[in-house]
Amino acid sequence: MSILVNKDTKLVVQGITGRDGKFHTGRMTEYGTNVVAGVSPGKEGETVEGIPVFNSVENAVKATGANTSIIFVPAPYAADAILEASEAGIKLVVAISEGVPVQDMIRVTPILKQNGTLLIGPNCPGLITPGEALVGILPTMIFKEGNIGFISRSGTLTYEVVNLLTLNNFGQTTVVGIGGDPVAGLYFIDLLEMFENDPDTIAVVLIGEIGGDAEEQAAKFIAEKMTKPVVAFIAGQTAPPGKRMGHAGAIISSGAGTAAEKIAAFNKAGVPVAKEPAEIPELLKQKLAGLI
Amino acid sequence: MKIHEYQARQIFRNYGIPVPADVLCYTVREVEKAAKELNCMVVVKAQVLTGGRGKAGGVKLARNVEEAVNAGKQILGMDIKGLTVEKVIVTQAADIEKEFYVGFVNDRNTKTVTLMASAEGGVEIEEVAKNNPDKIIKYPVNPLTGLLDYQARNIALQLFGNIKHAQKAASVLTKLYKLFIDTDATLAEINPLILTTDNEVQAIDGKMNFDDNALYRQPEILAMREPDEEEIQEIAANEKGLSYIKLDGNIGCMVNGAGLAMATMDMIKLYGGSPANFLDIGGSSNPQKVIDAMNILLSDKNVKSVMINIFGGITRCDDVARGLLKALEIIITDVPIVVRLSGTNAEEGLAILKETGLPTVSSMSEAAKKAIELSKR
Repeated sequence: MSILVNKDTKLVVQGITGRDGKFHTGRMTEYGTNVVAGVSPGKEGETVEGIPVFNSVENAVKATGANTSIIFVPAPYAADAILEASEAGIKLVVAISEGVPVQDMIRVTPILKQNGTLLIGPNCPGLITPGEALVGILPTMIFKEGNIGFISRSGTLTYEVVNLLTLNNFGQTTVVGIGGDPVAGLYFIDLLEMFENDPDTIAVVLIGEIGGDAEEQAAKFIAEKMTKPVVAFIAGQTAPPGKRMGHAGAIISSGAGTAAEKIAAFNKAGVPVAKEPAEIPELLKQKLAGLI
Repeated sequence: MKIHEYQARQIFRNYGIPVPADVLCYTVREVEKAAKELNCMVVVKAQVLTGGRGKAGGVKLARNVEEAVNAGKQILGMDIKGLTVEKVIVTQAADIEKEFYVGFVNDRNTKTVTLMASAEGGVEIEEVAKNNPDKIIKYPVNPLTGLLDYQARNIALQLFGNIKHAQKAASVLTKLYKLFIDTDATLAEINPLILTTDNEVQAIDGKMNFDDNALYRQPEILAMREPDEEEIQEIAANEKGLSYIKLDGNIGCMVNGAGLAMATMDMIKLYGGSPANFLDIGGSSNPQKVIDAMNILLSDKNVKSVMINIFGGITRCDDVARGLLKALEIIITDVPIVVRLSGTNAEEGLAILKETGLPTVSSMSEAAKKAIELSKR
C-alpha cells in the first residue's frame, strides 16, 4: 500500500511539449509510471516520448481515462492548468511550476474543493511511491520500497534525508514534496492523516522549515490523532527574520514562523526533532523501538 | 516587496480612501516649506522600510513651523534599525476620537484573503494578537464573491458601534480589499484607521507588501521598488538564477536547493561556526552559475572559507564537478574551499575534483567541520 499514487495511477502531463515536461515524461515512463497522455493546445495528434498529445485535459481524460495530472506549464498559466484538470474530473493534480502568484492559488482553492480535487504544490518536486509510480521530478535511484512515510516542504533536502534513510535500510511507502509556497494544496496534516490510515506505513518522517504554522498544526494533529511515530527536522534555525529563504513561504514575518517555535511544538507533541539530517535514521530506530 | 508609507498612502488615495494630505521631503528646508503650506499642526514621519518608527523616535508631532523644522533636523539622517532616514513626510495632524486597526493578509491556513480588524488601533497588531487575541476579528473572505458590502458593514459595526460611522468605515474596507486584490498584495493594513472628533473616518498610516511572484503583472507596483543595498545584491543574484541572502558570519555557503541551503547554514552554526550567507544555485551544472555564485560569495570580505554542498539528483555529481572545475579555473582566490558531493554519481564527481587538490568529502557534517576549521586559519 501507499498513498495518492500507485500502479493504478493513469497520468496526464500538462505542458508535455515543453523542455521540462518532455524530459520528465521520459523519466517517469522509464520508472514504470503509467503515463497515458500529454496536453499541449494545438499539438493534438502528435506524440512525445511515445505518449499521445491532446488539445485539452478533457480530451485526454475521455480518450485515456487519466485520473492524475502533473503540471509543468510556466507559473503565469499554472492556475488555469490546475482548474482545467479539476474541471475535467482529475482527482489528483501535482503542480511542479515555480513562481505562481498567491492570489491565483487562493482563487483556485474553492473550486478544487467543490470538485473534490486534491492538489500537491505548486513549487514542489512531486511524489513517488517506490517501485510503483513517480509523479514528479525526484531522482529515483535514492528511493527504496519500504514502510516509512515521508513529507517535506523542500526538494534537495528531501533527497538528502531519503538517501540517508535508504542507506540505513529504511525504505519508503510514499515520499511527498508538498512544496515551498505559502498557499498550497495539501499540507502536512492532510498527509499525516493519509499515512495514519495507510496500513503499510509504520512511521513518518516530516521535514519542515521556517514560515507559517503548518508544523505547529502538524504537531497538534500528531498529539491528538496519530498512533504512528513521527520524527521531524526543521530547516532555517539560522535564517534572519523578514527574508524569503529561496522558497516563497520560507519567511519569518513579524517574529512568527521561527524554527524555535516549531521545534518546541514538536517536542511538546512527543515528536523528536533531529539536530541535523544525519541524526534522523537513529531517531527513527529509537522511536520505533519505543526507546524515546 | 515592500513600499514606503507615502507610497501606500498614494495607492489608498487612488482608490478613494480618505487620507490626510502629506508632502514628501528630503531636506529640512523642504520640511519648513511643507509645514508653512499646510499651515496647521503637523506630524513629521520618517520614511524607512521597517516597522517600529514611532518607538525609534522617527515620528514627531509639531505644533508650528519651528517645531516641524526641529523634528525634520532630528529625523532626517537618523538611524532606524540600521536604515538611514533619507526622507520624511509632513502631514496634517488629525484630531483623533478613536483609533482602529484594519488590514488584509493572505492566510495560509484558510487559503483566503483574511480581514483582520481590531478596536485596539494604533499599537502593533502583533502585540494585540499576542496579549489580547480575542480583540481581533478575523474574517476569511470568500475568493469567489470578494468582500461583500453587508459583510464589510457588519464588521465595521462591530468595531465602531455607530451605524453612521460604520458605513464610512465599511466603504474603506471594501476599497482596501479591492486594492489588495488589484495589486497582488500580501499585506495591506491601515493602522490606525481613525474616527476624527468631527465624525470622519481617515487612514493615517498605511503599510503594504506585495507578492514577488506576481510582480511580472504589476508594472506600476514594481516601479515603486526602492531596494536598499542588500536588496540590490539579492535582486542582482536573482537575475542570474541564484537566490542569495547575506548574513553576518564568515563561512560562505553554496548549495543546490533552498531547504538544503538552510540546513547547511544551520549545521555550520551547530558545529560552532557562523554562516556568511544563504545561497541556492538551483539544480544546474552550468559553470557560469557557479562562477556567478562564487563572485557574489567572495564579494563579502568577511568570508574566510567556502563550503560547497551539492546533493546530486537529476543533475549528476560528475556534471556538477565538471562545472566546478571550469569555474575554479577562472576564479582565483586565496579563500579555502571545501566541496561536498553526494547523490547520483558522487564517486565519479569526487574523482574529477581530485586534480584540483581541494578538500572533498561526501558527508555534510564532515564538510561543515572542515569549513569551520579552514575559516580559523
